[in-house]
Amino acid sequence: MAVIGVSTSQDSHPANVIYNKNHLRYPVQTLPVNPKGGLINREILYQSVEDIQADIDLAVIAVRAQFVPKVVEQCIKNQVGGAVIISGGFSEAGNSSLQQRVVDMAKEASFPFIGPNCLGIYAPDYVDTFFLPGERIIYPDKGNIGFVSQSGGVLVDQMVKFAGQGIGISLGVSIGNKACIRETDMLEWFDQDPGTKAVAFYVEGFDKGEGREFIEKTRLCSKPVIVLKAGKSKKGIEAASSHTASLAGDYRVFSQIMNQYCVAEADNEYELTSFCESLSCYSKAMNGNVGIISLSGGHGVIAADACELHGLSIPRIEQATMDTIQEKLSEEIKNIVSLVNPLDLTGSSMDSDIVTAARHLSRDKNIDCVLALLIPYSPGISADIGAKLSHVARNEDKPMIAYVPNEDKYRIIIEGFELNNIPVASSVEGAVLMAKALKRYRPC
Amino acid sequence: MLKKSSRNIIKKSQPLGWVLEPDAKTLMKLQGFAVPDNILTNSFEKANQFMEDSDSPVVVKAVSKKILHKTEQRAVVTDLTSSSHLKKEMARLLKLEGCENVLVEQMVEGVELIIGAKNDFQFGPVVVFGIGGTSVEIYNDTAIRMAPLRENDVLSMVESLKAKAILFGHRGKPGINMKILTRLIVDFSLLLMDFQDDMESIDLNPVICTKNRCIIADARIILQNKPL
Repeated sequence: MAVIGVSTSQDSHPANVIYNKNHLRYPVQTLPVNPKGGLINREILYQSVEDIQADIDLAVIAVRAQFVPKVVEQCIKNQVGGAVIISGGFSEAGNSSLQQRVVDMAKEASFPFIGPNCLGIYAPDYVDTFFLPGERIIYPDKGNIGFVSQSGGVLVDQMVKFAGQGIGISLGVSIGNKACIRETDMLEWFDQDPGTKAVAFYVEGFDKGEGREFIEKTRLCSKPVIVLKAGKSKKGIEAASSHTASLAGDYRVFSQIMNQYCVAEADNEYELTSFCESLSCYSKAMNGNVGIISLSGGHGVIAADACELHGLSIPRIEQATMDTIQEKLSEEIKNIVSLVNPLDLTGSSMDSDIVTAARHLSRDKNIDCVLALLIPYSPGISADIGAKLSHVARNEDKPMIAYVPNEDKYRIIIEGFELNNIPVASSVEGAVLMAKALKRYRPC
Repeated sequence: MLKKSSRNIIKKSQPLGWVLEPDAKTLMKLQGFAVPDNILTNSFEKANQFMEDSDSPVVVKAVSKKILHKTEQRAVVTDLTSSSHLKKEMARLLKLEGCENVLVEQMVEGVELIIGAKNDFQFGPVVVFGIGGTSVEIYNDTAIRMAPLRENDVLSMVESLKAKAILFGHRGKPGINMKILTRLIVDFSLLLMDFQDDMESIDLNPVICTKNRCIIADARIILQNKPL
């Protein structure tokens, strides 16, 4: 990887940050470029990509906008694989013609690039073109979410949130002005990527006809697609001359079409995080009938309220299901539990009771998804409960979502679920949002 | 497919920027959609004859290149059955700005729906469907889908309306024919795909549906601004 624009005098220059972090911490061989040449940190500073003998897969371009066309020309001439153009000062600043020059050159040479005006790509353990010092970011682990963002800031912030929830990403891409590589290209790429199980997008807007193209690509994509839309205000419809035009504001159109084609639209960043975790575990959708198991009546009620708020149902379960569970419960709790959905197994229940309830709730035909609200304070619950319930979920082939407080002390329970690919929320509402994701991503 | 005569109507309407109601209805009829029986005239005698031959009350509307929004200009009179009333109202309408003819139509009763279209910047042709009438913007009980639509899309649009009970029959009133409505919306969405280079937006409002039929009682087609 060549980093073009590394400064000899300014350590905090974006190119220097990118060069240093990749050179020092990533397996990719990274070479610095600046027309002045000389040395940087006792390494050779190349005057141009043309002076580099090795084959270059990726050029990171962080020079002033007016020099970008020349650098791109050199990259093309030197058969560089592609580029990330970090530099700003293009269409976002009114310089559309400069951007078009770069696009035309790249198109003619089939030279792919990301940006301009972007952070570029973050591939965990592999390469990182974000010009943010490593010590300032909280990186998520390598995982299976592909994330594409029109805003670099939102991408980084979301990565920090993912890290907090233990969600890993396969690749994060800030596409900036998306002059060459766009959402639709990335969707195709992620669909083919074996390391990605769900693809998330932060979208501000599409160009003319691009929304339709995006939808057509999602229909071909075999993986769940999640979208967070910004810019939902009513601008641009006041002057509408027909009823229909004023009824169909830009955001309503966007949102309802995403729903029509089963793209899971997250209402906000919390939902985005929950949707990503849930849909990376389950790519099979459901209708929204939730069975809830709790160890306290309160948690069951809170979850039921949240389900109603988010359009999920808490259906009645079959009498036969209740009878089977009742029969198999431990003697101590048989007469104090409530087996009406949401089920309250009480704080006296044991692992075996929870496993029984989860197993038979999963077998009930009225239930699409089981929420297991596990408050690990109860004495009868063991550290193995996560692994035990995961086993039930896998055998019964019905999505299970767990709530366990996100504390180090309960890590063993959380990992019991997560290492078995069962999503765990750190709040009751978070668990409900994970179930909502499976409904938003309905079978089409 | 957009028929040749339909294309001619669009071409003729291009300078105005929208299609006059009688022309819009002719276009819809040419494309296979149901519109009420009507005549376009400035003669009271002809209008009166039409009314007398009609087995239902009639509606009279001003047809003017200057009047895009008819309700606001009091350019629609409904429920006419008497000659004297018709005469008085026709005289008034013909004095409205730019009004050379009136459209006299059989009045249809049933559930008032809106079926609309918009050529969206990001998504191209989209269909808007919901509860219609003159208060449509106040309630905005509508659903939007990207054209072309499948039958399932129509069902999900109906399901998403707050007032969907009206469509299935409510308080002794009969419901509407869902099959006919579905066919109409799917066909309309297909028409949009052929119409997308010319159309900016379309309001079919109201479309009046009963258990036997769906009739387009008013149609407004706004064309794209194109340099001539």
